[in-house]
Amino acid sequence: MATAPKVGIAPFVGATAAQVATQALLRLEGWRRPALRVLSIGFFFAAWHVATTWDMDFYVRFQNIPTPAEVLEEAVVLFGSAGFYVHILASLERIWLGFAIATTLGVGLGLLIGWFRFAEDTLFPPIELFRPIPAVAWVPLSIMLWPTERSSIVFITTLGAFFPIVLNTIHGVEGIDRQLVRAATSLGAGRLAIFREVVIPGALPSIVTGLSVGMGVSWICLISAEMISGQFGVGYFTWVAYGIVKYSQIVVGMLVIGVLGMLSSALIRLVGARCMPWLPRRMKDGT
Amino acid sequence: MTNGAAGRIEITDLGMVFGRDGRTVEAVRRFTLMTTPGEFVALLGPSGCGKTTVLNAVAGFVPPTVGRVVVDGESVAQPGADRGMVFQQHSLFPWKTVLGNVEFGLKMRGVGKKERKSQAHAYLNLVGLTGFEHAYPGELSGGMQQRVGIARALVNRPRVLLMDEPFGALDAQTRLTMQELLLGVWREVRTTVLFVTHDIDEALFLADRVAVMTGRPGQIRDLVEVKLARPRAAEIITSPAFMALKARVLAQVREESARTLSRPRP
Ligand SMILES: Nc1ncnc2c1ncn2[C@@H]1O[C@H](COP(=O)(O)OP(=O)(O)OP(=O)(O)O)[C@@H](O)[C@H]1O
Ligand SMILES: [Mg+2]
Repeated sequence: MATAPKVGIAPFVGATAAQVATQALLRLEGWRRPALRVLSIGFFFAAWHVATTWDMDFYVRFQNIPTPAEVLEEAVVLFGSAGFYVHILASLERIWLGFAIATTLGVGLGLLIGWFRFAEDTLFPPIELFRPIPAVAWVPLSIMLWPTERSSIVFITTLGAFFPIVLNTIHGVEGIDRQLVRAATSLGAGRLAIFREVVIPGALPSIVTGLSVGMGVSWICLISAEMISGQFGVGYFTWVAYGIVKYSQIVVGMLVIGVLGMLSSALIRLVGARCMPWLPRRMKDGT
Repeated sequence: MTNGAAGRIEITDLGMVFGRDGRTVEAVRRFTLMTTPGEFVALLGPSGCGKTTVLNAVAGFVPPTVGRVVVDGESVAQPGADRGMVFQQHSLFPWKTVLGNVEFGLKMRGVGKKERKSQAHAYLNLVGLTGFEHAYPGELSGGMQQRVGIARALVNRPRVLLMDEPFGALDAQTRLTMQELLLGVWREVRTTVLFVTHDIDEALFLADRVAVMTGRPGQIRDLVEVKLARPRAAEIITSPAFMALKARVLAQVREESARTLSRPRP
């Protein structure tokens, strides 16, 4: 009688201890990856701090590079003034406009070129011809073509995003399984229904890849165009900062570009995952 | 869920020749086969003998080079919902849920949302998939995917159901379950079935008649009546009557396979 509870308690206690340990481990497991990510950014800032405060000079020279603390100080000042937001908003507006136009044109043309032979023969050759020309090479011509600085930079941004979007859309349409098209026709689908129900969703994963790549390229083009020809925008701001020897402002500008680019890519991934609930998680995350 | 007495397939002197890079491949030659409405016919033959090609001609995917395919008095010119097709695998729309896949044919006909849903539910119930309406095909096992494929084709109440080795990619155990399920479903819907397979047991177990094909170019070599009582249970394949039929078909299939192997490829 006396031993019974002992035997009963011992495994019970053991179980709770094990449970607590497992739960703690699980909690740790859940935090592991975010923690690693924060740590890796932290490591970068630490290296930057060390290199700049010690004024390292080993072929690469850090003497003129501002320290993280100086940059932070500058950032606080800049974000406290209205002027800086004008630059950020100008860049965001151009990205948004350029990317929206590129998406409309790129996806629309890509679907047509991918699906209809006639569209491929008539629309694809010019795309092939213009594709190898980097968008930045268009800057001089763009300034002559477009009436305002804004429209000319939006044009460059559009151009940058357009090619990856249109090519990935074409690729997506061409990769559609013929058997799915046959299945649809034998279920009574007409031409329009096949386009809507099979071609568009079938190409969607590839389209989203195109949008993701296009977003990256359009940032590159935007910043380059702003540096060359702008009077507003984060790219312009960063380039001007170099001219007026405000080195901390250069780095603030660069970091703002980095963060905005990262956020816009995350937005594309999020929207993509929402539009394609049938894809397994892993593929959605792109890991 | 029954549909009239329609479903008469008449394939007359069908010849199918494919041309590619100047070479031609004669896949099917002088193929003639008639089915009666509601009949279950299996098409059996060695790999590459033209079984899929015949099915594609009946479905309307590929026009005959010579000969005629007529279903219920109408010459087949293009694919249509009156001839449902179940493919070997990977033919469900991955971006549609199970319900979305099964509803598809009704949607194409402009059936209202509510009515679509209730009809789709009935056919999902028939193939034993109630409860999986909102799953995506990628989340289902191979056997379940094929059941969705069958429900998707049947929801259109086709006069003819064309099945191209629908259970070929399944493991033996699942295949047996699916064969029994198909017979159960067929007893309910009574549509004509043209079922392609290269599995002799499967053909004899399912069909009223088995059309044994020659090697390429495919022709009908023998039409075997399977007069086994229905409903059939899996145990039937060990009965003497079944064994006798199997021996007859096996001898022919082996001969054709040997012929195909010994002949050099073009
Ligand atoms: N579109 C095509 N172009 C050229 N040749 C083709 C085409 N379709 C089929 N063939 C040829 O026709 C022959 C018959 O093909 P089919 O797919 O009908 O055979 P099958 O009996 O279904 O074979 P399996 O059992 O392997 O599925 C094959 O030799 C094949 O290569
Ligand atoms: Mg085949």
